[in-house]
Amino acid sequence: MKARLSTLMHFLAGDAQADRVVPPTGYTARLTVFAAASMAFLAVFALALSLATGRLADSWGDALAKSSTIRITAPLDQMDAQVLAVMEVLATTPGVKDARPLSDDEQRALLAPWFGPDLPLDQLPIPKLVEVIEDAEGFDPEGLRARLAGEAPGAILDDHARWREPLVRAATRLRALGLVAIVLITALAGVVITLAASAALSANEQVIRVLRLVGAQDNYITRAFVRRYTLRALGGAVVGTTLGALAIFLMPSVGDQGNFLTGIGFQRWEWLWPALIPLFAALVAFLATRQTAKNVLQEKR
Amino acid sequence: MIELEQVSYGYGDTTLLSDISLQLAPGSFHFLTGPSGAGKTTLIKLCYGALIATKGRVSLFDRDAQQMSRDDVAKARRRIGVVHQDCQFLDHLSVAENVSLPLTVSGRSLADPSELDDLLAWVGLSTQRDAKPPQLSGGERQRAALARAVVMSPDVILADEPTGNVDWEMSLRLLTLLVELNRMGKTVLIATHDMNLIRSAKAQVQARVLRISNKNVHQAGADL
Repeated sequence: MKARLSTLMHFLAGDAQADRVVPPTGYTARLTVFAAASMAFLAVFALALSLATGRLADSWGDALAKSSTIRITAPLDQMDAQVLAVMEVLATTPGVKDARPLSDDEQRALLAPWFGPDLPLDQLPIPKLVEVIEDAEGFDPEGLRARLAGEAPGAILDDHARWREPLVRAATRLRALGLVAIVLITALAGVVITLAASAALSANEQVIRVLRLVGAQDNYITRAFVRRYTLRALGGAVVGTTLGALAIFLMPSVGDQGNFLTGIGFQRWEWLWPALIPLFAALVAFLATRQTAKNVLQEKR
Repeated sequence: MIELEQVSYGYGDTTLLSDISLQLAPGSFHFLTGPSGAGKTTLIKLCYGALIATKGRVSLFDRDAQQMSRDDVAKARRRIGVVHQDCQFLDHLSVAENVSLPLTVSGRSLADPSELDDLLAWVGLSTQRDAKPPQLSGGERQRAALARAVVMSPDVILADEPTGNVDWEMSLRLLTLLVELNRMGKTVLIATHDMNLIRSAKAQVQARVLRISNKNVHQAGADL
């Protein structure tokens, strides 16, 4: 461990003379910086997307899992008795935090988009709805259904599972897609930096030939290229991450009225994630360049 | 020191050198001559491990080059100074940095930094120490290459057509430097097709002249 730390410190500190053996400019240098910056920029968005979908999945899951509806269908003259029976059942059901029948105004508001605002609820055989809020423990839906069937035969429990699950599944998929995007961006960054390093090593064949001629060992040559490309990738990724984070930060917020798109962003400690992107990009560059350099040097004596 | 035993080299169906035996003993001075394309550069590359013999054995300081790792060959090269006709510099570095490159890559430094100035003065490049190689003339490049070849105080100096791009006066100056090195105990092998240069050298030093012909190395006659 100490030896690795020492190697890392040596690598970071660098060797001013060794650093100079690789020409400081060239298209491969610009290519590496640009690739790292672009990948980091995209990674910030993929990360934000992944985190936002994660939050969305949690919020949909939590919000919907904690509420249920009981629909009571009964002749108008029996409706109040059925509602009362349901309320009594709920009052003695463990896991129910709160329950209340929706008022006529609330039901009218729910139906308004389809039937207009002047619906005569008292003259129509519209089912009565009871909103049930669960406590942290939650209730047993099957047990409640069995009790309702006995006490209020016209009452049907809808625990939202049927339409909540696809929503949560969709959000979870989106989160997974975000993570896949991050993996792909990382892999692509590795490929681009590998190609850039490979092109750099080819473009600097003369440098390698001279270094070999004067007795440079593989490690020396590898270190010179790896350090140069790792630092370039780190610099590019810092720029890309900063721009990406700035773009996310400046995205318009619409508060509670916001939808999924306006919810993309980082909250509190989540801002630490993009800060890791440049370090990760540097690690990818380090590994990719080192492997490329080793492969190239193996072919040249 | 460097020894070739029945060495052959070729690629594909083409054989460039066949069954060559050669020994570069400590302190010896050799010329390697022959027509262009005869294999002088190939033989020199075999002598410093840049090429692997397809047959036979090349020993670098008593070790079989074929069995040596790349890093071992690199270490062996620190004891061999090589001067190529095309010089091979890092064009973005100054003359002084290029000359001290063998020290840089081996993590060494001169005991006294002024030794580098002395070395540059010895090859007549004091005023060009901060110039970049593309700014040098042919002769200056050859002298810079020679300075780089000797900065590590190697045991052997291999020079491939070191006077190929310079005028006669500069050729003699380079030859004088190589003879001086040989007098210091260094083994010197110069590949050249310049017979006048060989004749001049023979007046100054006990040199063995080898000629490559028919893919093999022969001792040249006394007609030189």
